Formats: sequence, C-alpha cells, structure tokens
Amino acid sequence: MDCNGYRQENHDQNLFPKPKVLVLEPPPVFIYHEDKLSQKFHFLKAWDSPLPLDQFLTTHAHSVQAILSHGSCPVTTNTIRLLPSLGLIVTTSAGLDQIDLQECRRRGVSVAYAGSLFSADVADIAVGLLIDALRKISAGNRYVTQGLWANNGDFSLGSKLGGRKVGIVGLGSIGLEVGKRLEPFGCNILYCSRNKKSSVSYPYYSNVCELAANCEVLIICCELNDQTRHVINKEVLLALGKKGLIINVGRGAIIDEQEMVRCLMQGEIAGAGLDVFENEPHVPSELISLDNVVLSPHRAVHTEETLMALVDLVIGNLEAFFSNKPLLSPVLLDE
Amino acid sequence: MNHQPTPQTGKEKNPNLKKISGIKMESIGVLMTCPMHKYLEQQLETHFNLFKLWHCNSSITEFLKTHQGNTIRAVVGDTNIGADAELIASFPNLEIVASYSVGLDKIDLRKCEEKGIRVANTPDVLTDDVADLAIGLILGVLRRICASDEYVRIGKWKDADFGLATKFSGKSVGIVGLGRIGTAIAKRAEAFGCSISYFSRSQKPFANYKFYSNIIDLATSCQILIVACALTEETRHIINREVIDALGPKGILINIGRGAHVDETELVSALLEGRLGGAGLDVYENEPEVPEELLGLGNVVLQPHVGSDTVETSDAMADLVISNLKAHFSNKPLLTPVI
Repeated sequence: MDCNGYRQENHDQNLFPKPKVLVLEPPPVFIYHEDKLSQKFHFLKAWDSPLPLDQFLTTHAHSVQAILSHGSCPVTTNTIRLLPSLGLIVTTSAGLDQIDLQECRRRGVSVAYAGSLFSADVADIAVGLLIDALRKISAGNRYVTQGLWANNGDFSLGSKLGGRKVGIVGLGSIGLEVGKRLEPFGCNILYCSRNKKSSVSYPYYSNVCELAANCEVLIICCELNDQTRHVINKEVLLALGKKGLIINVGRGAIIDEQEMVRCLMQGEIAGAGLDVFENEPHVPSELISLDNVVLSPHRAVHTEETLMALVDLVIGNLEAFFSNKPLLSPVLLDE
Repeated sequence: MNHQPTPQTGKEKNPNLKKISGIKMESIGVLMTCPMHKYLEQQLETHFNLFKLWHCNSSITEFLKTHQGNTIRAVVGDTNIGADAELIASFPNLEIVASYSVGLDKIDLRKCEEKGIRVANTPDVLTDDVADLAIGLILGVLRRICASDEYVRIGKWKDADFGLATKFSGKSVGIVGLGRIGTAIAKRAEAFGCSISYFSRSQKPFANYKFYSNIIDLATSCQILIVACALTEETRHIINREVIDALGPKGILINIGRGAHVDETELVSALLEGRLGGAGLDVYENEPEVPEELLGLGNVVLQPHVGSDTVETSDAMADLVISNLKAHFSNKPLLTPVI
C-alpha cells in the first residue's frame, strides 16, 4: 500500500509547524484537555464549521492525514473516501463499531484506540452498577434524601450478591477484570465468548442463551459487531429469569432495548444497571420510573485519572504516526 | 437468680429450668423490642409467647402497666432498641438477650454478666452483605453512580455531559477495625488493586496488610477510610476533626459501623467546607435523622442503615436468633454466644 509514500510527501509539503488533525466531533478528552493537545497539533474542527461535513472535508481537510474520533462519533465510508491523504484514525474509545474498519483495511488506513486503558474503570463501574442494582443503593439514597426514612420507616430489603452465579458476556480485557473483582464477593463466574479461554477456569458456555439460563446476573462486556447486535433478546432475557439482573457496560445495541424495557416492566427480570443505551442520550422513559434500575450516562471511563492517561495515549499515537514510528495502541485490522 | 454462671460455655445448669421442666417452649415469654423483620416476628410467634414492646409505645413503663415483668424470660433486640440497664432491671426472670445484630452497643453487657444473663448475636451471616455495601458506597461516591443516576432521571443527560469522577482501582484503602467485616472489605478492595492498611486495637499477625497503631497516621496515608469496628467507649467519635483533616480534601469516609463512631457535626462542616472529598454513610448518630446539610450533596451517598438488609441475610439472622433461643431453652450450647 502507498500510505508511507503519501505520508512522506505530505510531511515535506507541510507548511504548518504542527501536524493537522481532523476532529469531526469533540471527544471528552478534547473537552477536558484541548490545551495540552493543541500544543502539539493543529485541529481542524468540523463540528465548528457552518459547512455540511462533506463540503468541509473537501474544502478544508483534503490533505489531512489523521482523524481524532471517539466512541459515538461515526467515521463512515463516505468520510474516509473524501480524505485521500488519510493514514490514521485515532479513536479515544475501546470500541470500534463506529468506524468503517473494512474501508480502513481497503485503504491501508491505520487505526489506534484506547486498548485496555479503560478496562479497570469499566470493570469498576460494572461492579458498582451491580451492587447498586442488587442493594438498591441509588434508590436508598433517594429514600433518605426525600425524607422518607424518618416518615415511612425502614427501606425495603435488597438482594444478596454473595453466592450468585454471574455470567460474563465477552471475556476480553474488561470481562476478565470484572471476573477478578467479583470473585472475593463470593460470586461464581461463568462466561460466554467467541472462543473458550484456556487460561481461565470459569465454566464456558458457547451461547448466550445457555449462559443466561445458568446464571442470575448477566454482565455485558463484549464489543458491538454484527454477531453481537441484539444478541441479548427476548429469549435470553426470559432464560435469565425473574430473579435475574442485567448489567450493560458494552454498547446499548447489544441488547434489544425495547424487549428489555418490556421485561423489566412486566417483572420478567428483576432489575438492570445500564451505562449504555441504543440511542444515547435518549433513555426510555419507562426506565426513569423504575426503582430497580440504575442509569448511568455512558461514563464508564470518565475518571480524571483515566482521561489524563488517555490524553497521553492519544498524543503518543499521533506523534508516533507523524514521525513514522510504530503506533502505541494499534488495532489489528488483518483478521 | 441464685446460680453462678460460667460465661461463654453455655453448659452451666440453670436451676430455674429444673423448676419449670415440662413447660412447653410456646409458653415462654419473649419480648421483641421493635419491628425488625416480619419473618423473625412470625417465627417468634410460632415458637414462643411473643410480646411486642412497640404495642406499648416502646415504653417499658407502659408495658409493665399491663403485663407482669416476670413473664419475660428472653429479649430480642436490635440496633435500635437493645437491652439497657432499665430493661434488664424490669424483667427479673430474664435469662437471655438474643440480638438481631452483630453489634452489641445497645446491650448493657456488664449488667448481663453481673446477673448471669446470656447474650447472643448474629455474626458471620451478615459479614458479606455489610462488606458488599462498603464497596458499593465507595463506588457510589467516587464514581458518582448515585449522582449520575439522578442526573439521567431528571433529564439532564440530553443537555450536557455529567463531568468527571474519580477512579477507584488502585487507590489506597484504610480500614478502622480489622475484624470479620474489615477483613471481608479488605479482600474485596484487593481485587480492585487497592493497597490496604488498617488501624486496630492490636496488630493482626495473619493479616498481610500494613498496620498503623495510630488512626491519624492511617488517615494521612490513605484516600478511602472505612469504619468497620465495634462501637465501644474507646471508639465513640474515633473519627473526629483531626482524623477528617488528615484524610483531607481528596479523601472519602465510609461508615458502615455505627453513627457514633463519627463526630457528625465535624463531618458535616468538613464536607460543606471542602476539607473532606466525600462520604458514604449507612449509619448516623440519631437514626433515622440525617443532617439536613448532607441531603442532596453530590459527593455524599446516604443509606438508611441497610448494611445487612437483604432478604437472604435477614432470614439467616432471624434463623440464628431463633436457634439461639431454642438452644438456650433446651439447655444446649448457644450457637453464637457473646456472654
């Protein structure tokens, strides 16, 4: 592929002291650390322009070699095709479903992502949502702050976490961190993944429905792709059962959201802890009224510490690309 | 009572039992001090002759107006109303106090020992739940789970990003009291890559955590301080202004012990002034009253004393109370004796 040639040619012709990077929509790391990033790179801000995207790209970004993207910002086939000099997409997410990877493969565009930088934070929030949903922590907090404890007496009982069978859907970096954290709570960990992992002793299930039938908690830790879209459907939810809980820290579209809402409303499952939704920032209104659901505005990685580490990773990847060195956290596109 | 008790063995003979042999357990008078758990109430009603103190406005004096004090041979108390000197003095035939709790701060243990009254509690069955809640509170405060849940519910997510939280994994955790519950908390926090240190009456030889003999040093060294010790005269207000200041503006305090462990007034002012980063509380000095200033603070999570309040554990605690009472009245060893 010719990308190395393109890169060298553009570098020599580059009149700006800082390399140009296109940003379609600002990622959180941009919002919090724009200064630090702008010291190193010149950002072309597509969202700031009155021009529609296509026009902006052809007018201002024709020679751009790198895009800075994030998890909910699509980098489409069309966008990639309007950028003949594109050599790198850096996304601040661990997920890649928003990028047309096939087109990247075809064009020889490299992709860098967050790797396992987020795994601890995502695992922490998965456990936090689970404990909250079972022990009604957010609901109990509301009970106290609304003055109901003094007036109405004891709050209702929660459910014990210890001894529960927890099914992890997707035992990648995040799934493994979740399992590790839940073990001392006395949970029995089971999992379902594309392949069985020989390095773990957790019981393996080859399909999600069977996993759901054998556990009382499902934690979604997998990526969103064609195989996992709506993999949590009516059959799986019913198999999980009336005492079952579902925790989603993957992507909203892994779960058939409408079906999950129906199951929650009708008591087919006992509760949920959700950091992601099919159509963010829209959250189904039925969920707002439920006490057995914990809602989080897609912030599994929004900690100060991780965002600092992420800035450094983004800068590191962009600098590596512009100086023709290996990326720090490349996505392996040749699968 | 004219027998010499041997504490902790449960094997001494109670001459009163000899006198009343042949009387069924269902006639034994048991006083429940307040509503605790419906299942426990039902079990007590089934197995004994149950009296409910709250039917007399929770007043011993009122109870004695309509009941004979010598009918009560057992008291089931909890963290609200236990067995203080007044209660013990009011029931001359009291043989056993079975607490629906592991904490004993509401029981006059000295008086019980003096009078040869047995005491039982509910350890172990609730350890996991309380430890789970401690971790849940840490995550609720640091990761702002409760505050962001509220944010979504009131529709603000559409308007703006919620903002940043603080990472939990890898942080330093300090535990006050490394008993059953403290140890269970430590094991959980370790799985998050946290470093664990503790303050206790004495160093625990088998604990592989850093020991501090001074609570200020512990508070200085850690970011998350968890109160997990018993409430005694020595530990009342153990978390005072000095400790809170040592914990500092990035520190958070988690209290799953007793409200009286913490100087609540100092805690409130520290939070309002930003001298303390946040707090997760399950207990308060004057339950169910919670300082008004704490309500609605984004860096505070408040729970209505639910440490062991799961269906499973409440039932297990109730079973233990019943088993201890049955054991006592069959002259068998108590399952979980304190005295």
